[in-house]
Amino acid sequence: MAQIGNYALYFALALSAYSFFFGLLALIYPNDRMQVLGETARRAGVVVFGAVLLAATALVAAAFRNDFSIAYIFHHSNRDLPGPYKFAVLWSGQEGSLVFWALLLSGYGFVLRLRYKTDQRLFAYASVVMAAVQVFFFSLICFAANPFGLIQGPLRADGAGLNPLLQYPEMVIHPPMLYLGYVGFTVPFAFALGALIMKYPGEKWIQITRRWTMVTWAFLTCGIFLGSHWAYSVLGWGGYWGWDPVENASLMPWLAGTAFLHSVMMQEKRGMLKVWNMWLVFATFWLAILGTFLTRSGMISSVHAFAQSSIGSWFAWFLAISFAVFVFFFVKNRSSLRSEHKLESLVSRESSFLFNNLLFVLLCLDVLWGTWFPKLSELVQGNKVTVGGPFYNRVAIPVAMLLLILTALGPLLAWRKTSFESLKRNFKWPLIGGLVIALFVMLTPQSWGSIFGLKPWKDIGNFYALMSVFLSALVTFTVASEFYRGGRVISDKTGQGMFASMVQLTHRNTRRYGGYIVHFGVALVIIGFSGSALNQEKEMEMGFGDKMTIGNYELICRSYTQDDNANEGSEWAIIDVNQNGQRIATMTPLRVFYKASQQASTKPDIRSTFKEDLYLVYEGQNDKGQPVIKAHLNPLVIWIWLGAWVMVGGTALGLVENAPVPVTVASRKLVRAPASVAAGD
Amino acid sequence: MHKRPQPAFRALQAILLSALVVALAGAGDPGTRFTQIGHQLMCICGCNQILLECNHVGCPDSDGMRNELMAAVERGDSDSLVEQAFVQKYGPTVLAAPTTAGFDRTAWIAPIVAFVLGFGVVILVVRAWRNRPEPALADGVVPTRGADLDRFREQAGKETDL
Repeated sequence: MAQIGNYALYFALALSAYSFFFGLLALIYPNDRMQVLGETARRAGVVVFGAVLLAATALVAAAFRNDFSIAYIFHHSNRDLPGPYKFAVLWSGQEGSLVFWALLLSGYGFVLRLRYKTDQRLFAYASVVMAAVQVFFFSLICFAANPFGLIQGPLRADGAGLNPLLQYPEMVIHPPMLYLGYVGFTVPFAFALGALIMKYPGEKWIQITRRWTMVTWAFLTCGIFLGSHWAYSVLGWGGYWGWDPVENASLMPWLAGTAFLHSVMMQEKRGMLKVWNMWLVFATFWLAILGTFLTRSGMISSVHAFAQSSIGSWFAWFLAISFAVFVFFFVKNRSSLRSEHKLESLVSRESSFLFNNLLFVLLCLDVLWGTWFPKLSELVQGNKVTVGGPFYNRVAIPVAMLLLILTALGPLLAWRKTSFESLKRNFKWPLIGGLVIALFVMLTPQSWGSIFGLKPWKDIGNFYALMSVFLSALVTFTVASEFYRGGRVISDKTGQGMFASMVQLTHRNTRRYGGYIVHFGVALVIIGFSGSALNQEKEMEMGFGDKMTIGNYELICRSYTQDDNANEGSEWAIIDVNQNGQRIATMTPLRVFYKASQQASTKPDIRSTFKEDLYLVYEGQNDKGQPVIKAHLNPLVIWIWLGAWVMVGGTALGLVENAPVPVTVASRKLVRAPASVAAGD
Repeated sequence: MHKRPQPAFRALQAILLSALVVALAGAGDPGTRFTQIGHQLMCICGCNQILLECNHVGCPDSDGMRNELMAAVERGDSDSLVEQAFVQKYGPTVLAAPTTAGFDRTAWIAPIVAFVLGFGVVILVVRAWRNRPEPALADGVVPTRGADLDRFREQAGKETDL
């Protein structure tokens, strides 16, 4: 297996290098002979995917065959590891995850190179840029982080096992999603750089990359939320986001990518922001690589970080070279990026996008600054400082609030110019709706549920929570009013029911209405976040029959026990959950001891409702052998996961082709007024 | 000669004062203070977690640190005194956010500067774009202005609002 894998990796490197050099030559010397060579370069790029797929398969097969002669398999697997986790061994360590990264990159390259007929020259440029990135990753894998290295010394009977925290079903999905997101941003970057180098006329490259960017963005969104859900369900600290550098590393390209998805509309519709879009695409790609550098170099401390290794310098060089190449071509060809249109009014869709982009970029810079500040502090004053949740909460939340205001306002603004009267007319009802919801949440007694009775003057957390509820309601009502207004126009014209009209409306412009659904998803997520201001927690040593009260719940320890199998041993507490004197559930938080790795991990038990999560953690045992139970009451958490699904669903909807618009032409009459058209974005 | 404060100004003062009193009420409660300060400190076991959120099985540090914090709060030490004591014992990384003194201050200032600069740049860009000259028209093309332009815009607005 090790030999097959090694050969496959070296073959992939050779093919990528071929694809890069001969593809580049064909672009520099565009004669017939070189075109043939360029075609072979494209095909070599296609075959790279097969080679790296073979290497990845060899690594997974080695895990299933318990081939502990391979050091990577020895360190990340063991004989009794369940099957799905043996599959996950591929991305559970540094070397394997780089192979996985290269596999996904080659997968994207495979699709890109097969679709070359869309625009042969632009795709040829993009293919060369992709090949250059592939050469870097395969060189890294072959010469600095080879997953097929053999173990030194005598062979061991069993492996060291997979990290206990990774032995959770979501770990089989979360990293692939996240990596699909990270890696996918290479494609828009490749097209952008290609378009910049060839001074591509028009906006077609933007239209080509839009779908790639949306798909990639959806994967990254999915990956980030799956990671949050994993942290919430496995780590047992009762939270879902800790502002850890590695979490930040995934957030930064997401923020830049989101800014790009908005600003790209300015270029498509009005031919504006060409320079900005070029930089945003580059920044998104660069931040994705920077995130990988942070994770792999050990430069910044993180709970997630891979072990310190020499590959950090590889990434640093790659970041520097890619920056230099981009800046060189930008300076050389920036004259091709002049905007064509002027801005007519400050109250317009254009200016809302400008401010939206500013806020996204500011948020991204805040996160970048906070992530790097400990290192900067160490360089300047000789000692590290911690930049944790309290910093980000103070710096990022106000910017996020402003973004929410724009999310609510933006869709109501027309391109070019919006009159205040029309803004007032369209904004009045959503604003009233938002205020009513906020007042309701503020004035309702807290006994109705933990989210009610928010008092904004009590502390800043309550203030932000209430503002989040208000702004999320505002966004929701704005989105609903957009669907309603559009649906009503179609309903009036066609006589269809309102729901059918709204469905037709969505089909006519999936991107616009898919985008609104994404906004609605964001509103749900923010409502979920707002609940954290009212989190409660309690800890208690619980013997048989002991009781603990948290919120409206009474927890009674019915029993505690132990279990054992080949892979793990576990200790359980069995807790009855009562509400209003009635037993509503039995929960079983546990602590697991993994035999191969000799590591323990807690597995919380979570009871989710729309109102709140009851989250129980088995912290350990006291001197008498009784379980120590920590209970968290986390309001509205489920809304975060629901919102994430809505966001991904909205993006998927935006990828669907628009339905053709029916054109009605009266017979034998000259059509004086144009038939109805689908909306612009 | 000083003017007498207006009644509306006095009312505003009274509201602000009341809000301050309500906001500060309960701030001295030991349980609340323990939670508040405990969320401003980090566990030093290497887990990179907030002190009150550290849940490592058998964490060698968090229990001791929590006990120290509870003792300090019950003694009535001020927030800054508690934090100083922790910094002296465990080093500056025990604070979950940079302080507002010395170089640490730049951590807080930079985002504000970026915000102000960013807004300034966008406003300048908007102004520059608004003042950009109209593109030249081909001979014979008469630009639409005034009421006609408004009518066409309204029509386009209706049709593209779907």
